[in-house]
Amino acid sequence: MPDNTSGEPMEFFIDMQRCIGCNACEMACAECETNGQESMIHIHYVDRPFSVQTTVQVCMHCEEPACANVCPADAITLGADGIVHTAKTSHCIGCSNCVLACPFGVPKKSDTKELMMKCNMCYDRTSVGKKPMCATVCPSQALYFGTRTEIAEKRPNSIPVNHFGFGNENVKTKVNIMMPKGYSFLKVK
Amino acid sequence: MAMLSGVSLTNEKSYMVGKFARLALKTANLDYNGRLCMVSAGAGNKKAFGLDRSSNSWEDLKHAEVILIAGANVSETFPTLIHYIWEARDHGAKLIVVDPRVTPIARTADIFLPVRPGTDSALFGAMLKVLADNDWLDHEFIEKHTSGFEDTLDAVKDYTLEWAEEITGVPAHRILEAATLWGKAATSFLMHARGIEHHTKGVDNVLGCINLVLATGRIGKPYCGYGTITGQGNGQGGREHGHKCDQLPGNRDITNPEHRQYIAKVWGVEEKEIPGKGLSAFEIIDAIHRDEIKGLISICFNPLVSLPNSNYVRAALEKLEYFVAIDFFLSETAHHADIVMAGSLHEEEEGTVTTAEGRVVRIRAAVTPPGKARKDSDIIMELAKRLGAEDKFTYADSEAVFNELRVASKGGTADYYGITYKKIEDNMGIFWPCPTEDHPGTPRLWEDFQFKTPDGKAHFNPVPYRESAEVPDEQFPVRLTTGRVVSQYLSGTQTRRIGKLVDQSPYPQLEIHPELAAKYGITTGDLVRVHTRRPRLNSRLWLWKPFVPTPYSYPITGAEKWRLTSSPTVRSTPFPKFPNLKPPLVS
Ligand code: SF4
Ligand code: SF4
Repeated sequence: MPDNTSGEPMEFFIDMQRCIGCNACEMACAECETNGQESMIHIHYVDRPFSVQTTVQVCMHCEEPACANVCPADAITLGADGIVHTAKTSHCIGCSNCVLACPFGVPKKSDTKELMMKCNMCYDRTSVGKKPMCATVCPSQALYFGTRTEIAEKRPNSIPVNHFGFGNENVKTKVNIMMPKGYSFLKVK
Repeated sequence: MAMLSGVSLTNEKSYMVGKFARLALKTANLDYNGRLCMVSAGAGNKKAFGLDRSSNSWEDLKHAEVILIAGANVSETFPTLIHYIWEARDHGAKLIVVDPRVTPIARTADIFLPVRPGTDSALFGAMLKVLADNDWLDHEFIEKHTSGFEDTLDAVKDYTLEWAEEITGVPAHRILEAATLWGKAATSFLMHARGIEHHTKGVDNVLGCINLVLATGRIGKPYCGYGTITGQGNGQGGREHGHKCDQLPGNRDITNPEHRQYIAKVWGVEEKEIPGKGLSAFEIIDAIHRDEIKGLISICFNPLVSLPNSNYVRAALEKLEYFVAIDFFLSETAHHADIVMAGSLHEEEEGTVTTAEGRVVRIRAAVTPPGKARKDSDIIMELAKRLGAEDKFTYADSEAVFNELRVASKGGTADYYGITYKKIEDNMGIFWPCPTEDHPGTPRLWEDFQFKTPDGKAHFNPVPYRESAEVPDEQFPVRLTTGRVVSQYLSGTQTRRIGKLVDQSPYPQLEIHPELAAKYGITTGDLVRVHTRRPRLNSRLWLWKPFVPTPYSYPITGAEKWRLTSSPTVRSTPFPKFPNLKPPLVS
């Protein structure tokens, strides 16, 4: 059974303010085993001695994915539905170009597998209307997967943003970050 | 003979253990690991309300205007509660957090009150005085439904904000801000956990919180609530059905002749066959050292890790003539047993547990115990048979145990009589008390303001401030407190076997404010040795600024986050026999 029957598409909304660093998402991702016990979502402390603030990193699924653009082996593809797929094992040569190119620091190169690995928004689940594993376990709902209507109702004080600025580069993504009301753009310094 | 039990057991198993120790082992000395957990909260609740249960379903939390969380690192120890808190905040609720450390939830609080460890009751006292001085009181409620208010107020009459700042280290204006928010709110929810309870004066701290709730009359009404946050898998139900040294099922008192009569009837024995009050968990260890107890059975308890002073506990286990451990994994404690019986996990047996809200829910057997392991309840029944008490343990399944528990709890304060497996199923759980089969259960207590105290009123209790059992001195100038990490559960018997969880916190860590670290010339990653009045600890260091938000005034707070190690202290309070886990001192 799909998790949503309204007809409105479901999207990913991430609110780092809510994250409590419980790592449940990492465990769920790893336990799912699609990626061989490795988590494709990463939780990091910003600066542990000074704050318990954590960051949550999944692939943002860029409209113009730098990772795919720099891949010399055409291993990374962008699907018609906006999902940027993880490197095809048959193509990936483990050059790490994508690792260096991604503005969000998402892909990781697995040294043992000589392969780039990254989150594909649980394509096996989301393509059939289910939520990604991480979003199903997040107790603070820092990771929310649902419709725009739902998020507007549930979070009256914040707004989804999917426009980011890195220096002179602007990036638009499929995944949304929740910001306080009034913002529409996030400049990353 | 003695028996030790644990609160991660289902209601059914807790009940069986209570009956087994009294009727098959025929010993009074049965106690449980909740002794290290929530007894301060239970004792405080019984004094104030005559009942030990969270007053509300957490649904009420979602609509409260102000939420106050004291001494509860809920983000690491009860992550599922966060969802309720955030939902309330999405709709405008304000959050106040009391904690010596900036925990992940404290980081997001509207008002954060960073208390020095061990000074919580001074903070609550000063807040109560602010409420009274500004007349943010519910006079009608206080008048009609409570007692002891005058004396309680009298106890805090000198507790000015400045005094409280001096004691707690929290700036006076922040205390005022918090008290104002609390005082002016129309609805509120207060929750606390081990941070304020794990003290020799844990009951004082709990009563200090309850006084704030009662003064504003915000209980027994929609979106107004109070509750302690349970620790273990069945932290609520496991403390109600008789595997405590002083308790019989239904939260009955083992020294009360009527209660004994009733249970004797349910069990089909003479009243005198039920032993009296026995020794508490730590007293059992003492009694082993004194050669008064020579045999022990433990189930679901890893005292070597969870009781203070592991060297002392280890020596006791070694001294036993006969020790049987029932456990699903070979815990540190089980290593010392003469016989280990491989029991069952949560996921391997049917049953019920009672949530932190007081809601009785079903637990399912998802898998069967592997190899020669057996269900805990089968082991208990087999032992009972060999001890000649077979006729008292003839349960066909967990539902049969539950049905007996229902009858045994009938008329007690924790009354489960009207709860059936089917009702639980049909209603997503049922809140006790539920005295009859057509009763819907009680998600919100005290709507009738009929409290369970002898006079039917809620009791204010005066809380004059007193120092911790230990205060800093020249020899031990630094306070040490303890905390938990999200990746490890209880004594870690289960979670320390899971590689990814171990990776998250592979060894105990000492967290310390950078200024204090500079004083000692130590930095992150150093191996440090901490001297306390108890055995010393060795640990890796983490610099940890979020400890003391006003670092220039008193950078003397240190904290220890340990997965496992020898625990610092063995001093017990006379009541409720709680060892002083927080805050010992270090040098
Ligand atoms: S976030 Fe990084 S890995 Fe994901 S699509 Fe964009 S560039 Fe590629
Ligand atoms: S599950 Fe949610 S709250 Fe926990 S670490 Fe992941 S994003 Fe943060």
